[in-house]
Amino acid sequence: MKHSELSVTFNKDEDRVDWHDQTLWWVRQKRDKAAFQLPEWELLRETASQIKHNVLGNLHDYLVQFEANALKNGITVHWAADADEHNRIVHNILSKHGVQKMVKSKSMLTEECHLNDYLAENGIEVIDTDLGERIVQLREEPPSHIVLPAIHLKKEDVGETFHVHLGTEKGNKDPVYLTAAAREHLREKFLTRKAALTGVNFAIAETGEFVVCTNEGNADMGAHLADVHIACMGFEKIIPKREHLGVFLRLLARSATGQPITTYSSHFKKPREGQEMHIVIVDNGRSTQLGREDFRNSLKCIRCGACMNTCPVYRRSGGHSYHNAVAGPIGSILAPNLDMSKNADLPFASTLCGSCTNVCPVKIDIHDQLYKWRQVLVKEGHADPVKKLGMQAMTFTLSHPKVYQNGGKIGRWFMKNTPFLVNNSLNPWYKQRDMPEPPKESFREWYLKNR
Amino acid sequence: MSRENILAGIKKNQPENRVLPVLTGLNQSTYNPLEQFKTVLQGIGGEAIEVGNYQEIKDIIAKNYQSSDRIITTLPDFGDIAENNWQTEDPHTLENVELCIIRAHFGVAENSALWVTEDILGLRVAPFICQNLAVIIPKNEIEPTMHEAYKRIAMAEYGFGTFIAGPSKTADIEQSLVLGAHGSKSMVVFLVG
Ligand code: SF4
Repeated sequence: MKHSELSVTFNKDEDRVDWHDQTLWWVRQKRDKAAFQLPEWELLRETASQIKHNVLGNLHDYLVQFEANALKNGITVHWAADADEHNRIVHNILSKHGVQKMVKSKSMLTEECHLNDYLAENGIEVIDTDLGERIVQLREEPPSHIVLPAIHLKKEDVGETFHVHLGTEKGNKDPVYLTAAAREHLREKFLTRKAALTGVNFAIAETGEFVVCTNEGNADMGAHLADVHIACMGFEKIIPKREHLGVFLRLLARSATGQPITTYSSHFKKPREGQEMHIVIVDNGRSTQLGREDFRNSLKCIRCGACMNTCPVYRRSGGHSYHNAVAGPIGSILAPNLDMSKNADLPFASTLCGSCTNVCPVKIDIHDQLYKWRQVLVKEGHADPVKKLGMQAMTFTLSHPKVYQNGGKIGRWFMKNTPFLVNNSLNPWYKQRDMPEPPKESFREWYLKNR
Repeated sequence: MSRENILAGIKKNQPENRVLPVLTGLNQSTYNPLEQFKTVLQGIGGEAIEVGNYQEIKDIIAKNYQSSDRIITTLPDFGDIAENNWQTEDPHTLENVELCIIRAHFGVAENSALWVTEDILGLRVAPFICQNLAVIIPKNEIEPTMHEAYKRIAMAEYGFGTFIAGPSKTADIEQSLVLGAHGSKSMVVFLVG
């Protein structure tokens, strides 16, 4: 299904959409508050972007250096060309140890590779231990946000899910009570599982160590109790030196949730005595993206989620409407690289307002890349004719700055005078309801202008 | 083998090298590190207590914990109020620990994170699996930002190290902040000196 059709489903419950919109905006505001407290914020972003640029240009050497150091540290290093190979490597490690049950902390890469399904088919049970991920796993849904996996759900939903699966009181939707129930439920898993899989936030070439950031402590609880620790990373997670963590750790949590840092920033350098530690380095289309000059900057992403929280389309269409492991603006750049025809709709699920680019801690030119994808997709014959029209309007508008400035007024005029036209199938994000009153917000002004 | 193919693909496609930026001018803070540390810690759900000596810490712990509570430490000075001989046990045996008392190498003012490594943790899982965590640092061991922190540990050798900032937490249920996700439910930092 296309983004526009899936967002119709999400838009059926208008109150919930409003709530979703406001909640994410509130997270965005927390980010702003945290950022404004640092006079050096912009310099930090610029520095982070430059470090990542250096990384892109030296990926080959940094990865070789990282591997050599990790091996010296006693870590086993694996390389996976694609999702399938990644899944087979993980499965082999588990089989070798006779492991049938594993705990896993958040890893968008394993979502991208559909590891859980693969392992389930092979008789291995995976328990996601991040609270949000556990909630969506029990509901048999994918996460809807890379940092806030259950952001599309209300506490009533969680209460009901836990009542069914964990036996909590029916009707109890108190977050404290529900979190305590999950703590008990997952503690038993941590204590009994022999293998733990974690993601990787940063891998350091200079030292061969990797860093995993969580607020809940689930990655550490899993890894330090298990006999086998498997860490999976896309190869772009590499950074040159330990000192560069200072820059990225200052930016990551502030951009994600407005916290000064995550509760735990754990540096895994060597396996603990008696433990086996594995790293799986995954390509899965990344080297192709690296070769696309217009899109390679997307590999700078540190997965903070800020571009989603700020995106007017994401906030009102929900993560599931992007039908990709990574949703939102950055997901819409990464997805067409993985499968152009299946994900051709995603670069069109944007108003190109540029808010994503403004908040991105590594200064990825997100909205420019979305615009460039549209051109590629149209040229290759993947564009949907309805959105294509919108894009032509957009192309016209972007090349005529006066029209852009006056867009709001034109839109308002357009809607007042031709309501039927605005509220038809040319307007896929608002299918579910009548167009609202002519708004004051710039997003809608901008949006309307394109219709 | 995939390794060679992946690396060859990267080599072919990677852009030209650009030099690394210098990491200067990144700390423009004007705060007093100790005061900032205390304020931020409170903001993230932890508690800072200034004490003159270890005896004061022991008195506070005695007031807040019962003799039946399992308390562990890696600090010989606290051997009279806590177990100090568990470091070679199976990490799972720490399951019932109520309080873990450790020291940290230093703290960071901008985010109240404390740097700890394996050698002062005893077992890696100790500060995570305990219900409550108490960390001791000298008052004058607070670095202003993460940059000074990494300067300090740039060459450090460790098998595992972590920055801990406050108690474990989650906001995954409707963005309501709840302390005590999977790690410790509370964290107190004793600032000594
Ligand atoms: S693209 Fe930028 S803002 Fe979006 S998740 Fe990645 S780092 Fe964060």
